[in-house]
Amino acid sequence: MTLHAYRPIIAALLLLGTSSALMAAPPEVQIQIKDRGFVPAQIEVPADTKVKLVITNADTIPAEFESNDLSREVIVPGHARVEVYVGPLKTGKYEFFNDFHTASTGTLTVR
Amino acid sequence: MLGTAIIVFREILEAALIVSIVAAATRGLAGRTRLLTLGVVAGIAGALLVAGFAAQIATLAGGGGQSLFNAAVLLAAAVLISWHVLWMSRHGREMAQTLMQVSSAVGRAEKPPSALMVVVAIAVLREGSEIVLFIYGMAAGGVGVAALGSGGILGLAAGIAVGLALYFGLLRIPPGKLFAATNWILVLLAAGMVSHAGRYLVQADWLPTLGTQIWDSSWLATNGSTLGRVLSALVGYDARPSGIQLVLFMATLILITGAGWWLSRRAETAADPCRPAADTLS
Repeated sequence: MTLHAYRPIIAALLLLGTSSALMAAPPEVQIQIKDRGFVPAQIEVPADTKVKLVITNADTIPAEFESNDLSREVIVPGHARVEVYVGPLKTGKYEFFNDFHTASTGTLTVR
Repeated sequence: MLGTAIIVFREILEAALIVSIVAAATRGLAGRTRLLTLGVVAGIAGALLVAGFAAQIATLAGGGGQSLFNAAVLLAAAVLISWHVLWMSRHGREMAQTLMQVSSAVGRAEKPPSALMVVVAIAVLREGSEIVLFIYGMAAGGVGVAALGSGGILGLAAGIAVGLALYFGLLRIPPGKLFAATNWILVLLAAGMVSHAGRYLVQADWLPTLGTQIWDSSWLATNGSTLGRVLSALVGYDARPSGIQLVLFMATLILITGAGWWLSRRAETAADPCRPAADTLS
């Protein structure tokens, strides 16, 4: 069989490759933990889109990024950088907090 | 102090529920106490180790290391539980008989399946490492040793009390039905763990969501509430689950019960016809 016969398959694979490559770069949102609180505490992300939250802890004290609304929890040790994917989400407000210091809260607004 | 007690209680609770179920599921087995103690001790050692290396684990895989670690540990526990449940579907009948005639049967009590020891260790490790990090954070944040210590002990005591209540509640089940009941609880536990692992894998972007927030049962119990945490530990409850969590839960349930049914049927055909074989999954 010549290469011709494989052409549609190769084309399909290339297309699949590019589309997944395009989809593999979700928007990033940076959140810093400073003095056990979130900076910024108010973040906005687009609706119906998978988003990568990059959480960096500037303190030496460990924190836990937790959200009941987002069904997410991840420990952020001192001076560590962690990634958490959320969504795709419907529009609305989603609360999150530091489970090791529950007075520190934040809101993720989906527009 | 109360703040510390509540956090410690919530973490201990999840481990205590699992330890209680394992304790009930291994009732009457020779060497059970040793098995449970070893599990808890290994879990505490593991918790200290995991807490000590938390920063290294967290930064693995480009920042998704902790989610992947949690998923791996939960999947390992689910596999071990499944292994035990399937083992029980072949030996459950004899074990129930030993329980009912304890005095005459001490000599031929089954060897305890050590798979469940590892499950206990994993449960203690997972929740324990969070407690260690939390306490460390509180201490570093200037909370005094007295407040931390008393809060920690109060939380620990309350968590263990709930665990004991569940254990003695389970023991009220008639001996002939105890293992059938604990086996079903273990199947749900394993399905919940696999589903929970799925959530961690979605969080690390290793699995597709298959739809986010399929339903919202926050009105019933939020993930952070005590009821939510109990249900999460027992059946992998999530107030806003994604599709993959539901798929994994159902798939695990079907897989274990299917395999258990097949094994007990095979044992039935192989066994003495006068003595029907174990049927712990029905």
